[in-house]
Amino acid sequence: MTDAAAIRSAEAKEPPSYLKAGRTVASWLTTTDHKRIALLYFGSITFFFFIGGAAATLIRLELISPEGRFFTNDGYNRLFTLHGVIMVWFFLVPSIPTTFGNFLLPLMVGAKDVAFPRLNLMSWYLNMAGGLLVLACLILGGVDTGWTFYTPFSSMFSNGYVVLAAAAVFVAGFSTIATGVNFIVTVHVLRAPGMTWFRLPLFVWTQYATAAVIVLATPVLAISLLLLMAERLFGLPIFDPAHGGDPVLFQHLFWFYSHPAVYIMVLPAFGVISEIVTCFSRRRIFGYTAMIWAILGIAVIGFFVWGHHMFVAGMSPFAALVFSFLSFVVAVPSAIKVFNWTFTLYRGQIYFEAPMIYALGFIGLFTTGGLSGLFTASLPIDVHVTDSYFVVAHFHYIMVGGSVSAFFGALHFWWPKITGRLAPDRWARFSAILMYFGFNFTFFPQFVMGYLGMNRRYHHYAPEFQIYHVTSSAGAAILAAAYLLPMGYLTWSLFYGRKAGDNPWGATGLEWQTTSPPPRENFVEQPRVDEGPYLYHPDQVAPFEEAPERRQQHDPQGKSDPTRAGMEE
Amino acid sequence: MGESIFWLPAASEQGEQVDHLFFLLLAVSAIVTIVVFVLLVTFAVRYRHGSKAKRGKLPNLMRRELEIGWTAATAFLFLFIFWWVSSAQLEGYSPPPDALEIHVTAKQWMFKTQQPSGVREINELHLPVDTPVRLVMASEDVIHSFWVPAFRFKRDILPGRVTQGWFTPDKTGTFHLFCAEFCGTNHSEMTGRIIVMSQADYAEWTAGQPQGDDLGKEGAKLFVAKGCSGCHAPSSKVHAPNLAGLFGRKIPLADGSIVTADERYIRDSILQPRREIAAGYPPIMPSFQGVVSEEDLTRLLAYIRSIGKETP
Repeated sequence: MTDAAAIRSAEAKEPPSYLKAGRTVASWLTTTDHKRIALLYFGSITFFFFIGGAAATLIRLELISPEGRFFTNDGYNRLFTLHGVIMVWFFLVPSIPTTFGNFLLPLMVGAKDVAFPRLNLMSWYLNMAGGLLVLACLILGGVDTGWTFYTPFSSMFSNGYVVLAAAAVFVAGFSTIATGVNFIVTVHVLRAPGMTWFRLPLFVWTQYATAAVIVLATPVLAISLLLLMAERLFGLPIFDPAHGGDPVLFQHLFWFYSHPAVYIMVLPAFGVISEIVTCFSRRRIFGYTAMIWAILGIAVIGFFVWGHHMFVAGMSPFAALVFSFLSFVVAVPSAIKVFNWTFTLYRGQIYFEAPMIYALGFIGLFTTGGLSGLFTASLPIDVHVTDSYFVVAHFHYIMVGGSVSAFFGALHFWWPKITGRLAPDRWARFSAILMYFGFNFTFFPQFVMGYLGMNRRYHHYAPEFQIYHVTSSAGAAILAAAYLLPMGYLTWSLFYGRKAGDNPWGATGLEWQTTSPPPRENFVEQPRVDEGPYLYHPDQVAPFEEAPERRQQHDPQGKSDPTRAGMEE
Repeated sequence: MGESIFWLPAASEQGEQVDHLFFLLLAVSAIVTIVVFVLLVTFAVRYRHGSKAKRGKLPNLMRRELEIGWTAATAFLFLFIFWWVSSAQLEGYSPPPDALEIHVTAKQWMFKTQQPSGVREINELHLPVDTPVRLVMASEDVIHSFWVPAFRFKRDILPGRVTQGWFTPDKTGTFHLFCAEFCGTNHSEMTGRIIVMSQADYAEWTAGQPQGDDLGKEGAKLFVAKGCSGCHAPSSKVHAPNLAGLFGRKIPLADGSIVTADERYIRDSILQPRREIAAGYPPIMPSFQGVVSEEDLTRLLAYIRSIGKETP
């Protein structure tokens, strides 16, 4: 970055960091370095996060009035469809795996790169191709089916660019498959000597489980979208009941992917939280093996609960019971994880820096989101709340309160490793707390209005719900600020942030044993592993004092004057 | 409607049951949430960095037994909730046989309803209080969904398939009806009113409506007009099943399976007669797909249902 930094690293006779191993645009666009590809992905998903976020802002603005203000009915329908499609497939699904997963997985297992570096680059280009299709769809006029593309509306009746949107998701699906295959093979064959399966950090386990779900579920999405496109383009009778087709078949196919997709979005978040909670409480994770079984349990059972999206769509009572039962079962491992994180704090030495605040916020929001899942798994209650704002609140608690909080936690935790700079902690803690309260402010009222009868995807609504919508929109303004703040101070830290050092948090894990930022080949010497993960204290003994040599305390930079911090450089 | 912005009282027997379950779950969730938050805050404060709280080796018991303990406890709790809510669901699965039968046809973007007396309404439905109501629904275009939040009742309305549901309103008043499944441009305007009246008011209201023929009678006319009677009348020479006494019976099919002759089967047999052929009959019936509208189908169904009690 700066010349001084270049001189210093030259002085230390270390290989140049991955950021300096080529400075041209071409060196980025043709890179096969997993760390650079992670940054390419980081750029693209940030871009899509802000497009999807802009759509959300417009939705909340529009819903302040029961009659709407700015949009026609069609305009509003296109808006929430755009929000859903972009947030699900161009932000949430790729978010943690393609950025932090790409960056950290090889580092954490002690490898030089992922197993198929060129496939990794191709995955980003596929994602870009999908992204361009979705942008084309947006510019041409959008699509109005909702992100779920339900037939026969999408195949026979919609007047939006359904095929374009479906093609965008179809193409982007292959990019996540490529990432999934890469991760599976990397974990299987590229682990450093001594890195056994039960020494893997939980982040690696979650990436592995996520990759397996991606590889198994995404092809089903591809098939259902192809069938949808065939019916819409060529009139092949597949879902159209007038020709003996079954519109509910599409829902089964769609949710066979899209419910596991929820776990694609949230499993990586579990991994992030496990890393952060252990590091900032200086404790081994409570129940490491139980955590692994919980991860695998969620990944497997998650495949058999899709039917709970269709309790009111015409399903036999027996099938409904089975899906309801399995939906309760899949909640058990999630609950176990919450208890384990909580008990990891027990007898720890807890630091409250920004990543930890995000992680604690995650646990709170995920608990609420998970418990509301019990309501939607219960048949009689789900009949009432399905397609209402109750469900909207439920999945936003999991995906935004959960996954996005974890994403920001990961961003602050590994920022020093990725950039070599520390973020100003005081600002970061402030935005973490702001995010927690802004989120609850936005989405908690939606639980209430959903139960009272506020319909999902309604542009105009009954006036008694206005108070809830206004509250929710006010909360959304706070939430938007909490998402924008990091853009500012993280960018600032790139130039003025303190040098991080190799291991600013005193964390275990191989990624902290190399330089920050790491060299192109990750490690100067091939690392060897002879101990389990999360050894923050000797086996069986909780620390009376945490080991000071492992953790360099740093000043929260919010305190210091930015101009002075700049001069120190 | 709308007295309180904080609560919507249930206005059906089933709705009150749903509310009970809801509050039970709310209590369970509140307890779990409080436990998790209290533990988080207590641990976070007590074991903050540098605090004087005693730390030391974790008792061995804490590791395995705790893990197994809360796994088992959570699993039991969840299974108990599952059992409780599902048994409530199953109890109310089948409608009572004497339920008031209301036909609903949904299309972009309206609900058309028809009373047994033949009275038709658009985006409105008048019902007597304390009477079980059975909805028989079909869609003319895309998927819609019939949601009455005050009844805690919702059922999707599908094209090409009859869906049913039932509830018993137990409060008089006017309640929202919403289309809950996204159905296109004016989805949010596909709303209506359910007006629940006392039994006397309902009788008076029905008497005051312009008298159409009731559904069954209209269906009987269609049965002749569309040519059904040409084969299915008892006097016909064509080898086709006589439909009197058919409704609700178990019908053996040519492939050896058995179906109940309910709305679904009869409807499918009109539209796709070769899908499920009754044993002993040649597959000669033509499809009436596109020949009879959804509303005509409703009338035909009502007619076949009405002659279901006769002995053939």
